[in-house]
Amino acid sequence: MNVHADVARRRIEELLGTSDEQILRRWSALAKAPVDELKELYQALRTALAEEGSDLADIRGLLAELSRDRVRRGHTPSDTARAVFGLKEAVYEVVEADGGPEALRGFIWFSRLIDDLGLYTIETYATAREKVILDQAEQLLELSTPVVKLWDGIVAVPLVGTLDSARTQVVMEKLLQTLVDTGSEHAVIDITGVPAVDTQVAQHLLKTVVAARLMGAECVISGISPQIAYTIVTLGIEFGDIVTKATLADALAYTLRRSGIEFGEGRRTQIAIRAEDA
Amino acid sequence: MTDGGRMPIASNADVVAVRQQVRAVAIEAGMSLIDQTKVVTAASELARNVLVHAGGGRVTVEVVDDGRRRGLRLAFSDEGPGIADVEQALVDGYTTGPGLGLGLGGSRRLVDQFDLTSAPGEGTTIVVTKWARG
Amino acid sequence: MERVPILKLGDILIISIQIDLDDQSVLGLQEDLAERVVATGARGVVIDITAVEIIDSFIGRMLATIAAMCRLLDADTVVVGMRPAVAITLVELGLSLGGVRTALDLEKGVAALGHLHGRDTTR
Repeated sequence: MNVHADVARRRIEELLGTSDEQILRRWSALAKAPVDELKELYQALRTALAEEGSDLADIRGLLAELSRDRVRRGHTPSDTARAVFGLKEAVYEVVEADGGPEALRGFIWFSRLIDDLGLYTIETYATAREKVILDQAEQLLELSTPVVKLWDGIVAVPLVGTLDSARTQVVMEKLLQTLVDTGSEHAVIDITGVPAVDTQVAQHLLKTVVAARLMGAECVISGISPQIAYTIVTLGIEFGDIVTKATLADALAYTLRRSGIEFGEGRRTQIAIRAEDA
Repeated sequence: MTDGGRMPIASNADVVAVRQQVRAVAIEAGMSLIDQTKVVTAASELARNVLVHAGGGRVTVEVVDDGRRRGLRLAFSDEGPGIADVEQALVDGYTTGPGLGLGLGGSRRLVDQFDLTSAPGEGTTIVVTKWARG
Repeated sequence: MERVPILKLGDILIISIQIDLDDQSVLGLQEDLAERVVATGARGVVIDITAVEIIDSFIGRMLATIAAMCRLLDADTVVVGMRPAVAITLVELGLSLGGVRTALDLEKGVAALGHLHGRDTTR
């Protein structure tokens, strides 16, 4: 920093000290925030500026806190940034009244500093949001992928909610592993709770069925809604010889029959295990 | 961070050695079992390509890190006849050798990045990258 | 080149692949197996790949070739024990091994062969 800039900066620091009440009041009006809320921030800024070579860590911490607080109270992140930017206008009025060249030159430096701090509040907001979203996505992935046993040798995955490519992949890997772990030769993939699929998800479903076949197991897809059926046909996705059933119950009945278990007719359901197929 | 180093591809046994080395480095990069299997399979295809079409070559195996995730980068190179029509070579079922023609197209589907540089008479370089998921 | 042992159980031949196969061994196995099928008059072949960690297009083609060859020699082939990661990779690679029968494990594979021949060979 050359001598001029140093003098200019010191002049701003002086003004922040001598006119602190005026600036705070004006800032409070511009930012539409109570003086008390801004006071701590203002003091922290002054302390940071007074320290030679300060990295503004304290004030960044305070800003992050302010940003979180205000979001909780329903302010938008731009609101918060605008509130921080308000300090520039408040200080400029004091600088204008002072009229000295040092103060004017110093204001340029000060203005840049406040810009940085304002943008920092936005950044904090975005980072916090991103973390929440990531955490939720992860929880969702774990929560929503149960593979359940329906019968000896029959497992099912009831899929609920929107499927994206990553989630479909996780579910499918889990299903295939369950086939091995339980020695199940039949699997039902139930998509009753899935509102829509895109090409990629449909492809993943198909690949899973083919992979299961390679391992020696058969998959049935059940609960295809009319919309999904329409999507699959319009996208030109070939389901080929993959067995599909309207409901999970139909799919269960089908797989039971396939594994050699027969239901008797009549009021009481009788289950007889077929001894020999040949 | 270990460097898997440079490995020659001059025989069938070398192809097996490449598979084993890629597996070891993939585990080190923290890849899931599925991703390990995919990248090892791609390595096997590409190493065999080097052997069959160029009579031999080499591969460099290294762990890469882009700040968010880790991955594996494999660079296969040979001084063979090269590929005249790269687009065509990547089409499934296209082959000039005894294979199924799934080597290039298939291995491209198994990795995240696939860069092929080749010209007739100038050999072939294929660099593939696979990132550890999540 | 390493040789994969071929075991005979009744009229079934059982191959359990326990090594990392190089291409030469793959071709060797194909030849050995065809000879054994003819020599023993086997009606079924079970290939156990539980221990196999990867199947690339070359090994995949061997499985399909063996199945087709055995069919010509009047024997059925069942591939058993493919790992999920291997199956997913094969599908991604573009191989679906059409025409190759599969089962979850050796026991189910042998049972499937018995089924095909109209009798239970496990008994």
